[in-house]
Amino acid sequence: MTAIPTPNLPETYDVARVRRDFPILDQRIHGQPLVYLDNAATAQKPRAVLEAMDRYYREANANVHRGVHTLSERATALYEGARDRVQAFLNARAREEIIFVRGTTEAINLVAQSYARPRLGPGDEILITHLEHHSNTVPWQMVCEQTGASLKVVPITAAGEIDRAAFGQLLGPRTRIFAVAHVSNALGTVNPVAELTAQARAAGAMVLIDGAQGVPHQRVDVQALDCDFYAFSAHKLYGPTGIGVLYGRRAVLEAMPPWQGGGDMIRTVHFAGSTWNDLPYKFEAGTPAIAEAVGLGAALAYVESLGIERIAAHEAALTAYALERLSAIPGLRFIGTARDRAGVVSFVLDGVHPHDLGTILDHAGVAIRAGHHCAMPVMDFYGVPATARASFACYNTRGDVDALVTALEGARKLFGGRG
Amino acid sequence: MDLRELYQDIIVDHNRNPRNFRPMAGAVRIAEGYNPLCGDKLSVYAKIEDGCIADVSFVGSGCAISTASASLMTEAVMGKTVAEAEVLFADMHALLTGTASGDPARLGKLAALAGVKDYPARVKCATLSWHTLHAALKGELTPVVTE
Repeated sequence: MTAIPTPNLPETYDVARVRRDFPILDQRIHGQPLVYLDNAATAQKPRAVLEAMDRYYREANANVHRGVHTLSERATALYEGARDRVQAFLNARAREEIIFVRGTTEAINLVAQSYARPRLGPGDEILITHLEHHSNTVPWQMVCEQTGASLKVVPITAAGEIDRAAFGQLLGPRTRIFAVAHVSNALGTVNPVAELTAQARAAGAMVLIDGAQGVPHQRVDVQALDCDFYAFSAHKLYGPTGIGVLYGRRAVLEAMPPWQGGGDMIRTVHFAGSTWNDLPYKFEAGTPAIAEAVGLGAALAYVESLGIERIAAHEAALTAYALERLSAIPGLRFIGTARDRAGVVSFVLDGVHPHDLGTILDHAGVAIRAGHHCAMPVMDFYGVPATARASFACYNTRGDVDALVTALEGARKLFGGRG
Repeated sequence: MDLRELYQDIIVDHNRNPRNFRPMAGAVRIAEGYNPLCGDKLSVYAKIEDGCIADVSFVGSGCAISTASASLMTEAVMGKTVAEAEVLFADMHALLTGTASGDPARLGKLAALAGVKDYPARVKCATLSWHTLHAALKGELTPVVTE
């Protein structure tokens, strides 16, 4: 019951075979085959993940790091095996650099409260960009309020790319932290995080990368990126909800105080004072999400079995096809047209509000996201209250794109669109 | 369920050509409504004379359900007494949340919104303008927020 071995990579990418790994896809919605294009919100789970979590509860469930009985040893081996797999997946130097958290949001809050809050004061600056998710904005606003530091925002261009010249100007000796999305969830923009990180670190800033939309779409190597922190959630990467990862450079994590107090994060407790456990446990207070960690480990094994590069290539081809088909729809306007983009396509359609699109498309079996995507400043920038967003995963097909286009044509017709 | 039950012609028409879609100078009552989930935002204006709604209008942006609901609402309450409008508010709330008894046809054109009750995620879109009117008539200054 240790780490799951990574199967050999298949020669070609067989999307029909991939789809069979996802039981949820085999159903009808309003009488139509389900076309799931809301992957940037959360991805579906392959059978391997469902079975690993089920097997854990059936065969190994116990609390970790404390029992001497067999089940506890099994549970601990599975939980720590998942950590090893994450370390390998991100190419972190050490397993101690992998902290299990609830998700990307909690990871960023941990850094804001444990790294930034004790160190920052008036005159210090935290730099973010205009395309961040609320999760990479609000925790910094909170810490600015607590410390007197100020929040600076790098503007974006009309295409939805970070304004590099402005970034260079805003980055200064007072910049203590630069926090940036790897991939914009609202626009699909892939930010040049390696270059941005190098520039920010050269200016003396710590760098946090919000990888929630990054890890599902490309190989991430934290040593090559040379960032101080990298955060992601399991559920956007075919794993369960309720678990995510904070990667932190070991020396930085060691210098940080614990964030939450409780079980597992302590070494000794006396009323006169307590001492903290070593990394990574110092940051894992309370019984962790053990089954979810097992699910995350299985999800990473699954992704590696397909090959993250193959998934990325499949999604890139699908995105190109979607952009071509969608651009032929009269009255459709893309929101975000970055040159380097992941499988996320945001758009608005003349005369049909995104929320109506969401309902109309659902009737055709097509699940998309309609709304502000937890990125209200991005909506303000483009002067729209909301957008419709289609986002792709390893199991989507050209047929899914065709169904989306047909449903959009239906929406135009229903609302009396011309052209 | 047929999508046309939700998007009836009258809804589509009022979305494309909303009635009484204008700000009002010298309005006696103004209230703002906001649905943070959708980003729907609207302002309702009302002029009250001798306990009657002498004029009512709205501006804002929202989905078809929210726009059509606001448009139909202004038509329905124009000229009514404040008390009658409050009764209609209660009736519409019941209709949209699926707690109404009796034949929705008695509500006239407003009955076109009855389909909304089958779309839980969209009920707030249809009730936003009514809550905002209610606030305007009560003279409440805090913006109405539905979510």
